[in-house]
Amino acid sequence: MKTIYKSILAFVAWVMLSVSAFAVDVIVVSHGQANDPFWSVAKNGVDTGCKDMGISCKYTAPATFDMVEMAKLIDNAVSQKPKGIVITLPDAAALGKSVKAAIAAGIPVISMNSGSDDFASLGISAHVGQTEFEAGVGGGEKMKAAGGKKALCVNHEVGNVALDRRCAGFKKGFGGSVDILGTSNDPTEIQSAVAAKLNGGYDTILTLGAGLAGEAALKALKSAGKVGDIRLGTFDMSPGMLKAAAAGEVEFLIDQQQYLQGYLPIAIFGQYMRYGTMPAGVVMTGPGFVTPDNAAKVIKWAAQGYR
Amino acid sequence: MSEKAKSIASKKDFNQDERLKKVSNLKILLNRPELGAVGGAILVFIFFGIVAGDTGMFSAYGALNFLDVSANLGIIAIAAAMLMIGGEFDLSIGSMIGFAGICIAIPAIYWGWPLWISIIFAFAMAVLVGYFNGILVVKTGLPSFIVTLAMLFILRGATLAITRLITGRTQVPGLRVLIENDPIAWMFATDTFKWLFTWLGSMNLIALRTDGTPLATGIPPSVIWFIAITLFATWILMKTRYGNWIFASGGDKTGATNVGVPVGRVKISLFIGTAMAATLFATIQVLDAGSADTMRGNLKELEAIAAAVVGGCLLTGGYGSAIGAAFGALIFGTVSMGIFYTDVDTDWFKVFLGAMMLIAVVFNNYIRKKVTENK
Repeated sequence: MKTIYKSILAFVAWVMLSVSAFAVDVIVVSHGQANDPFWSVAKNGVDTGCKDMGISCKYTAPATFDMVEMAKLIDNAVSQKPKGIVITLPDAAALGKSVKAAIAAGIPVISMNSGSDDFASLGISAHVGQTEFEAGVGGGEKMKAAGGKKALCVNHEVGNVALDRRCAGFKKGFGGSVDILGTSNDPTEIQSAVAAKLNGGYDTILTLGAGLAGEAALKALKSAGKVGDIRLGTFDMSPGMLKAAAAGEVEFLIDQQQYLQGYLPIAIFGQYMRYGTMPAGVVMTGPGFVTPDNAAKVIKWAAQGYR
Repeated sequence: MSEKAKSIASKKDFNQDERLKKVSNLKILLNRPELGAVGGAILVFIFFGIVAGDTGMFSAYGALNFLDVSANLGIIAIAAAMLMIGGEFDLSIGSMIGFAGICIAIPAIYWGWPLWISIIFAFAMAVLVGYFNGILVVKTGLPSFIVTLAMLFILRGATLAITRLITGRTQVPGLRVLIENDPIAWMFATDTFKWLFTWLGSMNLIALRTDGTPLATGIPPSVIWFIAITLFATWILMKTRYGNWIFASGGDKTGATNVGVPVGRVKISLFIGTAMAATLFATIQVLDAGSADTMRGNLKELEAIAAAVVGGCLLTGGYGSAIGAAFGALIFGTVSMGIFYTDVDTDWFKVFLGAMMLIAVVFNNYIRKKVTENK
């Protein structure tokens, strides 16, 4: 046989000997792809949780944001009969059938990150994440405490229900007057839209995304020279906004702490396997506030993949 | 027999016309293009049987899972294989899947059309798109690679733009409730052989849910369609004149035209075939998920072509089989689901898939070389 064939055969034999498959305690099926920096933090949470609990876990995700593929992965997980399954629930309609099959097979399911509205109706035991409305309330209260009276909420993806809730919650927590500014998701357009509003008497601006809208709003404030006069806060984190927070230019970043979204479900299942305990309802991982006081530390941990 | 008589007898054999020589059935079997793919599939099953045998991969529920993935891929892989045998490529299959899904969902949800009319509408659009692909390739003489690559972008962009224009979002949910009373939809959305699984469950031969019903409820519709299309395509390629035309168009376009084969018509019909296969895939998926999404089917055309090549189709055309493509799809589906049963970190998923594909193709090649050398 030619050497190339021999070497391929040897390679296959080596793979077969080194690859193994043991029964896994908890399987995580998430819609977050492996190359997304947000999700590698959550995956780190899963891995740390498994080590701390002393159980075996597997983190799986579809190669693209494809709900059909994700449903297949849930079915796949069910056939392996784990002690528990953790999922994200970005589309309850598409994933419902597979989730119900998992529960019908006697495997408890916990959801994380998305699906706080739908998880209960599918029979999921608990949800770990940040609910948008309450996070908005937290942000609003913080801005109110800082002395804000008139706020602008910048919605860069009109029609996204989750973002609508963020602004609605903010309004409730803020108490003062809140205007909603709808923009496209083009950063230049966001910057000009915000700049146009800067003379409207606002003392507070809230953006619903850090990398896109937050940094665009910050640019608008900087070029108008209003960085200290108008307080800026944002949902989620980005390297640029973190640096700005460390420099005191941003009031706060609302961190949903996806590390906990990966860690806590594993911890919950670890204790469930020992003593059968299970929290009821939603376990809130956010809003966590990154302010000028703790921004430097968060930047350090973000570089290591934990924030 | 004496020495002299023996040598005369053997000389007689030697002078006999090669075309009249009897070829053993085994040799005929070994010469088929599918052999490598069947061998590859057996290899993959042995691999996972050893590595992941007791993880639940080959339980009824687990097996139906990867068979469903294989069957869905097989539907488009067979159409892609037939087109490849005919000498062309269709890179727009994936975008057609997304487009067809939207063609079903938007009329049904936003314009109030009955679901079965929306499905027929999607298939009609498939004929149009396939015809457009085919006419462009035939009339301009451009490589189908480029023409269908352009269509890949055009269709995907049109899907996104039209959907957002009409609905303001990129997903269209709410289709599941429409399936129940529909005269056509059940063909794409019903599990079959439910009685078999209920019986197996009652005999405790397969896993059960907590309420006693079997976990695996029935054979998914994709598998039935997949088997039907494999048989249909094999019949076309092996037993009909049209099948001969396909092999001729791919093998030698000029020679075929000179002999009187309507190469242009054959190719256009093959493009319509791939577009319709993509629509069938989309219909099954949309009815299973209950929603359509503008990004569905992304990069599926590469998988379809890979399955066809793993199944023994030559990239240059004129050689291949539908059964080979079917086994190629089986290999693909088994490997892509199988890795999740091992303890290999899923970050390595793509490496695993690509390596398996490479090994399958090399193995295929090796078998084919060995067999054709032994003539």
